Amino acid sequence: MKILVPVKRVVDYNVKVRVKADQTGVETANVKMSMNPFDEIAVEEAVRLKEAGIATEVIAVSCGLLSCQETLRTALAIGADRAILVETDVELQPLAVAKLLAAVFKKESPDLVILGKQAIDDDSNQTGQMLGALLGRPQATFASKVVIEGGAAQVTREVDGGLETIKITLPAIVTTDLRLNEPRYVTLPNIMKAKKKPLENVKPADLGVDVTPRLKTLKVTEPPKRSAGVKVPDVATLVAKLKNEAKVI
Amino acid sequence: MTSKLVSRRDLDFVLYELLDTAALCSRARFADHSRATFDAALDLSGRIAADFFAPHNRRSDEHEPMFEDGHVRLIAEIGSALKAFTDAGLMAAGHDYEYGGMQLPLSVAKACFAYFKAANVATAAYPFLTIGAANLLLAHGSKEQIDSYARPMLAGRFFGTMCLSEPQAGSSLADIRTRAEAQGDGSYRLFGNKMWISGGEHELSENIVHLVLAKIPGGPAGAKGISLFICPKLLLRADGSTGERNDIALAGLNHKMGYRGTTNTLLNFGEGAQKPGGAAGAVAYRVGEAHQGLAYMCHMMNEARIGVGLGATMLGYTGYLHALEYARGRPQGRPAANRNPADPQVAIIEHADVRRMLLAQKTYVEGALALNLVCARLVDEQDTAQDKTAREQAGLLLDLLTPVAKSWPSQWCLEANSLAIQVHGGYGYTRDYPVEQFYRDNRLNAIHEGTHGIQALDLLGRKAVAQRGMALTLLGREIEMACKEAGARRETVLFARQLGEAAARMALTTEKLHAAGDPERTLANASLYLEMFGHVVMAWIWLRQATVAARQLADNTQEPDFYRGKLQAAAYFFRWELPKTAQWCELLQSLDATTLEMQDAWF
Ligand SMILES: Cc1cc2nc3c(=O)[nH]c(=O)nc-3n(C[C@H](O)[C@H](O)[C@H](O)COP(=O)(O)OP(=O)(O)OC[C@H]3O[C@@H](n4cnc5c(N)ncnc54)[C@H](O)[C@@H]3O)c2cc1C
Repeated sequence: MKILVPVKRVVDYNVKVRVKADQTGVETANVKMSMNPFDEIAVEEAVRLKEAGIATEVIAVSCGLLSCQETLRTALAIGADRAILVETDVELQPLAVAKLLAAVFKKESPDLVILGKQAIDDDSNQTGQMLGALLGRPQATFASKVVIEGGAAQVTREVDGGLETIKITLPAIVTTDLRLNEPRYVTLPNIMKAKKKPLENVKPADLGVDVTPRLKTLKVTEPPKRSAGVKVPDVATLVAKLKNEAKVI
Repeated sequence: MTSKLVSRRDLDFVLYELLDTAALCSRARFADHSRATFDAALDLSGRIAADFFAPHNRRSDEHEPMFEDGHVRLIAEIGSALKAFTDAGLMAAGHDYEYGGMQLPLSVAKACFAYFKAANVATAAYPFLTIGAANLLLAHGSKEQIDSYARPMLAGRFFGTMCLSEPQAGSSLADIRTRAEAQGDGSYRLFGNKMWISGGEHELSENIVHLVLAKIPGGPAGAKGISLFICPKLLLRADGSTGERNDIALAGLNHKMGYRGTTNTLLNFGEGAQKPGGAAGAVAYRVGEAHQGLAYMCHMMNEARIGVGLGATMLGYTGYLHALEYARGRPQGRPAANRNPADPQVAIIEHADVRRMLLAQKTYVEGALALNLVCARLVDEQDTAQDKTAREQAGLLLDLLTPVAKSWPSQWCLEANSLAIQVHGGYGYTRDYPVEQFYRDNRLNAIHEGTHGIQALDLLGRKAVAQRGMALTLLGREIEMACKEAGARRETVLFARQLGEAAARMALTTEKLHAAGDPERTLANASLYLEMFGHVVMAWIWLRQATVAARQLADNTQEPDFYRGKLQAAAYFFRWELPKTAQWCELLQSLDATTLEMQDAWF
């Protein structure tokens, strides 16, 4: 069984992001970047499936700048077997990424695609779903448990009301939630081994995909500053304020 | 949240902009490397340090090791942290692939280790002692000793110690009394007491490999009669597995001011508590030739002392980052120019005096970090430079700088910790904030691995005059080169002139001290000489950093604040610190005898 794991390079979760002065986006120059944490969980799950003898090959794929190679090397250090970079400096939106992944899917014919449910930079939560739709394959989003048996995946999903378990036929798309697993720390020897694993570089044109952005970002601004708190004299006032001012109850 | 362990931006600055570490990748030993592998190792270290080492730093301080029914009790987090460290392969970060290592340059490995020292210096001591012990065996042990002891240490299965000190012999190792009696089979039995042994007893590893200095009866007197031995806690069976307990007894634990998570022990060798092979005496195996023990130990001192200096640096560094955050968040008072009580209070960083304290800390800790990595790079040069002269010169310069790399951070990064407490005001003096612990932890560094006073004697009495002052000449040449480059830029030209003058004064002072023909008088003020020398070296380090910063600013960097900060720290050092050396040199050149002539009875 072959598993494809898409990974995204994002601003590290420890970095306090700053909006660029011209409001076109967030500052990324000289900012520490790393693998989207949800994707790290995806790589970990795939590698565990391989270690359990269920998967035979794990392929990591990333779309974006040449520097995404570093993120792919991390995936290789965790245990992926090889990697594919779809290199472009065009700003990629979820639909474009889903199209690129669909093209890679057709080339590689994996049995399973595992990817993060969302990326911590734009929080879109769309790529996995779009990919499922483009390929016409089943999807199981927000997975907290994945069991593969008999050409199907039994996936426990984290939904608003609790947990839902569904069974989908492979090939399928699974998106990861935080509780699926706890990703391992890479090791120094594996960082060196990762350097020697194959990393293929393709361009969107090679895959016949047009990645031109469809959405236009008008402006990016800081979230409103949290204003100072107030002390209320009693519960009745608190309830009234929550109802009338905050409008949350 | 940004890390309060160390500024990654600064580490990157030192490694890649100041030292051009990526250039090492053209050497055969580092051919598989690139900046990407270095960065990956640094990232991993930062994560493991933050996730496993930092969280129990305080708890470890509050629950010092206890000796209960024959066992040393440690908090469980220490074990988990060390497991994460060894599982990641960090123990062998700089070692050959052959030993499961990553073959990182020492400068990069030290930068990785910086995170652990900042996060939890006491827990970090276990692996760093082990790495030091393994290195000693790799350099001087037999193949069999390397396979049996060094390999398991690099794999994290065995931990190591260094057993030099005894209750009656600390600075003066010539006076150790532990005796090694040869057995018929080539092994020895040790008898004696070792004091202050860090990591001397615990249950964190399968075995503890003690490297012990002892005297073989009948050998030369004093330091020339000291040999080095491997003395394992558990004797190894023929297949390498651990077996019978050796005759080493834990006589007690020392209860320390700081560094509490590291067990510190008094060990009795050969007192008969155990009878391995049916007889009392701790079974031991000699490393290398007899009577060469101290020389072997000294061989490893350079690295160990850079390690101590780096520990001192990182405690200062993390203290500084804590103070900086506090100063940005603590409102108190109003600007000097506007005392209107109706206006809101300002954060204390708005007060010039608080910025003075922060800037002093920045200057000390960033300077010390750069110095330690410069020294680590000299080790890389000594090991891997293309031509022989370059290797030898790097070694000579390293020998000269080692006492400074150890002592300067131990003194000035401790001062940084004191200032970090001061920035916190009363809160800094409480245990609700971590800065008081950093100070206590850091106070050790001027004591162990050769006290400040002993480093000073080493520098003035030996290193500064070794090979007719060759090392000093080399340093002079380095300083000259740095001055030349800095002299070509408006921002740094004054600093360059100042350093040139200070270096000339230092050379003259060294000459006058040694021309006096009275060694006692020459060495009487060795500590002041060490401090003066340290400040001149630090000015050289800051000049080099300032030059890089000025160049980046001229090239329209995207991070002007970072580089302006570097230039301002350099300015602080050149205006507030370096001028002190003029007065120190004057005192030294006068061969002042005030302390020498002070009499015991006059106190
Ligand atoms: C927490 C801790 C951990 C340690 N870990 C280890 C370890 O793992 N292994 C190990 O072997 N040792 C270890 N040590 C021992 C340490 O190296 C010694 O404490 C140190 O060398 C000083 O020896 P001493 O304590 O006997 O002091 P002394 O040698 O008695 O020194 C006392 C004072 O006298 C000064 N002095 C001594 N001789 C001279 C001289 N000739 N000229 C001028 N001044 C002099 C010293 O500078 C010092 O200020 C550790 C110590 C501590 C506190």
